[in-house]
Amino acid sequence: MDPNHLRNQILSIAGTVVLLALLYVANTQGSDYTIRILNNIAIFIILAVSYNLINGVTGQFSLAPNAFVAIGSYTSALLTLTPMEKEISFIIEPCIWPLSVITLPFIVSLVAAGVVAALLALLMGFPVFRTRGDYLAIVTLGFGEVVRVIANNTQSITNGPLGLKGIADFTNIWWAWGFAIITVFLIGRMIRSSYGMAMKAVKFDQAAAEAVGINTYWHKMLAFTTSAFFQGVGGGLLAHLITTISPVLFTFFLTFNLLIIIVAGGLGSTTGAIIAAILFTWGGEALRFVEEPMDLGFIDIPGIPGMRMVIFSVILVLIMIFARQGLMGTREFNWNWVCRKLGIGGRS
Amino acid sequence: MALLTVEHLTMKFGGLVAVNDFDLALEKNEIVGLIGPNGAGKTTVFNMIAGYYTPTEGAIRFQGSSIAGQKANRITKAGIARTFQNIRLFSELSVIENVMIGYHCRIRSTFLGATLRFPLYRREEKMMVEGAMNLLREVGLEDVAREMSTSLPYGKQRRLEIARALATGPQLLLLDEPAAGMNANETQDLLQLILKLRKDYNLTVFLIEHDMKFVMEICERLKVLDYGTTIAEGTPHEIQNNPRVIEAYLGEVQRA
Ligand SMILES: Nc1ncnc2c1ncn2[C@@H]1O[C@H](COP(=O)(O)OP(=O)(O)O)[C@@H](O)[C@H]1O
Ligand SMILES: [Mg+2]
Repeated sequence: MDPNHLRNQILSIAGTVVLLALLYVANTQGSDYTIRILNNIAIFIILAVSYNLINGVTGQFSLAPNAFVAIGSYTSALLTLTPMEKEISFIIEPCIWPLSVITLPFIVSLVAAGVVAALLALLMGFPVFRTRGDYLAIVTLGFGEVVRVIANNTQSITNGPLGLKGIADFTNIWWAWGFAIITVFLIGRMIRSSYGMAMKAVKFDQAAAEAVGINTYWHKMLAFTTSAFFQGVGGGLLAHLITTISPVLFTFFLTFNLLIIIVAGGLGSTTGAIIAAILFTWGGEALRFVEEPMDLGFIDIPGIPGMRMVIFSVILVLIMIFARQGLMGTREFNWNWVCRKLGIGGRS
Repeated sequence: MALLTVEHLTMKFGGLVAVNDFDLALEKNEIVGLIGPNGAGKTTVFNMIAGYYTPTEGAIRFQGSSIAGQKANRITKAGIARTFQNIRLFSELSVIENVMIGYHCRIRSTFLGATLRFPLYRREEKMMVEGAMNLLREVGLEDVAREMSTSLPYGKQRRLEIARALATGPQLLLLDEPAAGMNANETQDLLQLILKLRKDYNLTVFLIEHDMKFVMEICERLKVLDYGTTIAEGTPHEIQNNPRVIEAYLGEVQRA
């Protein structure tokens, strides 16, 4: 369709190679701190891009990413922990069989994390989308709480409030960015396919979507389940990055952060979600100082935990007032635009 | 056998009887009009046929099978496509995408196949692009294919909506006030277009319209609704001279 298709594909591959080269340099030369931020960025890209699929592209207001991330984290962690590690961790009640004896390779645990999250999305989507999508926000919000309560109380599976410790630190820059690239590639392609077009149609005008034969129920399910899958995988990566997980990690704050990211990026734009995920993660680190005690010479400010959230909330409110479209609106990065700006002509 | 038969169709909204005991039989290739004052229940009839409302009473059969109360997207797939009185295009999609999307319900690729761009999907995508381009040519919009649908003037948006409906591969086309907001020239072009489309795509057309010149010229048969009740039916000539219709509706149109 696009006469510059081949050129653009080559540019995309070249861009990916450059990215990988930069990551290699960062991985060998960068400090632990830099690498940690890069890993966080990759995971937030996965979470934001997949969240944008259901909320931005399909227009269904889900508030459950924290739940799917939690499920993914626990699933993959429980699958990679060795029987011995589980025996040490589960001090109040022993871990139930067969989880107590299973140890699987990291990659298998990540896929399992995605699949379990997707299955739960399927279960939840079934009643919600059958009726009207309007209930999705309420149901997913409730679901997030239910997951947290379950994580807190199923001592023999999740180890309750103690959480899981000693998870292997398998997540490195290659796993994290490898999955980030795969996620962006697959979700990007899905959005550009006619299925993605149908999802957008559902968002713009449900009645008109039905008039052109689109099964709106099925396309919402598809977006919701796919989104949950990648959030589950992101959760698995997160667990093996921070190596200790407990229910408090997966409160509504996580969802709120992701919401800020996709709104700031522009609801519906994958490019926007990526840029905002990078800014947010990096900015979150850069703003750490605001939560520390400060001595401004004439006045001593004590550390205020949560100050960064306040700042991000203010940013969100400002975006909602002054730039409802976010950074990108619904536009996407594309090579034709870049080449035009750089004055490199292409066929049109 | 009639393509579409509607019997004793009734739609009540609470105490309001929007459509009362409506009957209709559409033969293949006919162009039939539904007219009547505002609020008479015309759009409600469309909404029942197209699956947006479940009739309170009555039967709707399309090609012999009952479709009353089925979901709108199923009915579209079965072969009934519609346009809306207040144009409903997908605002953030381009003109060609608005038409391509009409083919989506007919592709065989799964979403995995489409995401991974398997050969079947590539072929189907090519078919969608070419088919959409053909339809745009048919309705005279090929030169604005890449523009945003909302940037089009009103008359073109109406044509685009027709092209989108055709992309679903219908046998029966329901047009809700297709000439609304068009000037005399545009209306004349629209008339020619509908006649051409009927021939090219072997369509049956059921339309609602207030422009009496247009309706009398294009329709082979008319039904007249007033307060949900059918007050007359017949050829345009018969309807024009029906005293009841003149009193309830045409008088008002002529005065206006
Ligand atoms: N969804 C609805 N709920 C309640 N009343 C409705 C609904 N749809 C239509 N009506 C009522 O039914 C009557 C017929 O409306 P409509 O079919 O739109 O008329 P027309 O298309 O002939 O102008 C009107 O009185 C309208 O207010
Ligand atoms: Mg109407």
